[in-house]
Amino acid sequence: MPAEQWSTGAGRGALLARPGAAGPAAETEEGPQLLTGWGRTSPTVAEVVRPRTREEAADAVATAGPRGVISRGLGRSYGDPAQNAGGRVLDLTGLNRILSVDLETGLVTAESGVSLHSLMRALVPFGYFVPVTPGTRYVTVGGAIGSDIHGKNHHADGSFAQHVTSLDLLLADGSVRTVTPESDPELFWATAGGMGLTGVVLAATIRMVPIETSRLAVDTFKLPNLDALMEKLAGTDADYRYTVAWMDCLAKGPKLGRALLDCGNFATLDQLPAKHRGEPLAFSAKPMASTPDLFPSGLLNRRTIAIANEVWYRKTPSTHHHLATIGGFFHPLDGIRDWNRVYGKAGFLQYQFVVPFSADVTFRRMVERISRVQAPSFVSVLKRFGEGSPGYLSFPAEGWTLALDFPTGTPGLDRLLNWLDEQVLSEGGRVYLAKDARLAPAHLSAMYPRLDDFREVRAKVDPHGVFVSDQSRRLAL
Amino acid sequence: MKDALGSAQSLLILGGTSDIALATARRMAAAKTKRIVLAARPSERLDAAAADLRAYGAEVETVAFDAGQVEEHEKTLGAVFAAGDVDVVLVAFGVLGDQASDEQDPVAAAKVAQTNYVGAVSSGLVCANALKKQGHGSLVVLSSVAGERARKANFIYGSTKAGLDAFAQGLGDSLHGSGVHVMVVRPGFVESKMTAGMEKAPLSTTPDAVAEAIISGLRRGSEIVWVPGALRYVMSGLRHLPRPLFRKAAER
Repeated sequence: MPAEQWSTGAGRGALLARPGAAGPAAETEEGPQLLTGWGRTSPTVAEVVRPRTREEAADAVATAGPRGVISRGLGRSYGDPAQNAGGRVLDLTGLNRILSVDLETGLVTAESGVSLHSLMRALVPFGYFVPVTPGTRYVTVGGAIGSDIHGKNHHADGSFAQHVTSLDLLLADGSVRTVTPESDPELFWATAGGMGLTGVVLAATIRMVPIETSRLAVDTFKLPNLDALMEKLAGTDADYRYTVAWMDCLAKGPKLGRALLDCGNFATLDQLPAKHRGEPLAFSAKPMASTPDLFPSGLLNRRTIAIANEVWYRKTPSTHHHLATIGGFFHPLDGIRDWNRVYGKAGFLQYQFVVPFSADVTFRRMVERISRVQAPSFVSVLKRFGEGSPGYLSFPAEGWTLALDFPTGTPGLDRLLNWLDEQVLSEGGRVYLAKDARLAPAHLSAMYPRLDDFREVRAKVDPHGVFVSDQSRRLAL
Repeated sequence: MKDALGSAQSLLILGGTSDIALATARRMAAAKTKRIVLAARPSERLDAAAADLRAYGAEVETVAFDAGQVEEHEKTLGAVFAAGDVDVVLVAFGVLGDQASDEQDPVAAAKVAQTNYVGAVSSGLVCANALKKQGHGSLVVLSSVAGERARKANFIYGSTKAGLDAFAQGLGDSLHGSGVHVMVVRPGFVESKMTAGMEKAPLSTTPDAVAEAIISGLRRGSEIVWVPGALRYVMSGLRHLPRPLFRKAAER
């Protein structure tokens, strides 16, 4: 039974569905623009078109020039998948309406430019949370599908696309196809994680998850070294839906791999203190403090990051329990708008890989090397993935996944990352395309064994290569 | 496409037998550069350079290119871009001439200008426009400290480099924001085939050192690169030296 219908018109629905109203300013400009990913590296120029309707989107694809077109949402991919040098980029943040909500089943249909932030604002008060959220709420539904994103609950719930029941895909020939995992599994799983290269996702139906309150009951464990951390992570996955470890990659010797492990579940009503029980599903979306674009490129370096890590590790009391908000638990960096600017104009690189659980020796060697060369990663996140996603180019696979970010000016960074690539390859692992900005094309097929299946689908639905991005050019996807 | 650390996948060299250009190409081929186009006048030397680079695993093609034939530039270089994106263009051709004899042979002197300046204006613009159209890429122009302040010992060559340097700087400004990056490289005295048999100048450098500086400049997105770096300060002093003193200093 469809309980609420929100459409494009005036009133509450329109207000709820406008993404980024309290978030980062949407790029609303059209015309030639210099674009980068969130890491602010490799800028290229494309003609930006911002469709407001399906027809405008279809028109923008039909009139794309020889250098093709690619979709872009809120620009949170770190590297170059949402830019298209010399071609056209479709800014989909104008397709920002929540089309329907079924409060009985938790199924919500939203246009692709709707952000997860907007979905939370609209639906948390009704007791529904997004099935998967990454470390930021400011990603769009389209981007979440294109990168088949994962979150702290991957071991329990899988990746985003596994909760998408249907999507409307604008194809290269201008037709719109409704694709479900049942009706056309090949096109569906090529699109999930397909980096926008099969077509433009116009809208999708997502199965939201029911929650009793908007707070999380969190246990934080302070772990003195890598062994303790890996053991604890393996032991906690069954008890908590959400787990993630924040690791200090600069710690050495006996402190190597020390970390804070956050484990949480949505709190039940009776876990809330009395003062919050009146409004158990409150979701506050505080306007964010902005970061000025004034930071010198070398501000974050091994010294400053080592100090920050030390302070942060020491100030955290050893194992403790607390209640956290959605923003505080899932999206700590969203509190600071444009936080990527603290890396200065030179930007930074994210590197996330996964290796199977059996590769724990290699994994340890990788952490040791990062520590030994003192490569300063400000945010280092370790997590255990559950079973992989069926998406042909989906990143998650069962095993250890570590996400790191490095200032681009880090000496020897190229060599370190090439070495990490080799370790990942030797263990049959892979790196995450939504974060990639430098992988060598030769490594791609070994990391993504279903690449040929992906290419086959793409050749069928886009034989002339209308959908192109800087990343697809760089990696010869 | 260039990656986030400035590594290019494709390289076009104008003046494909230049020692500096080939030292740069070898380094890039050993990293991530898989397509290299050497544009130069056909010669055995050119074929040998191509073979050398192929040994690094790059696909190398040679294109017949003559800096003096400006009418042909659009066609010759356009075909290179039509075959695929070019991430880095290195404008490396140039002749030193023979100052003493060229002073007595104005036609020969004009040929130096024709190659070093006129040829670079034409081919540089062809490449700049193609890069702008593809929305990304770097144009690296080999200038020289000789253009910073003309000396009587090599002012014909120096003046062509001064013109080229000014041209490249202006081009870089006009392309700002277009996704295309222009980098001017100003080496000092480079020990290479061009200067074989000449007396070394202070702060001299090698093709390998220049190549290293080009690669780090590409990574940083530098607009002007001096090789060695100290020349930047030396030349800024020399530039302001009063003429009588400069004449004395240039005597050596």
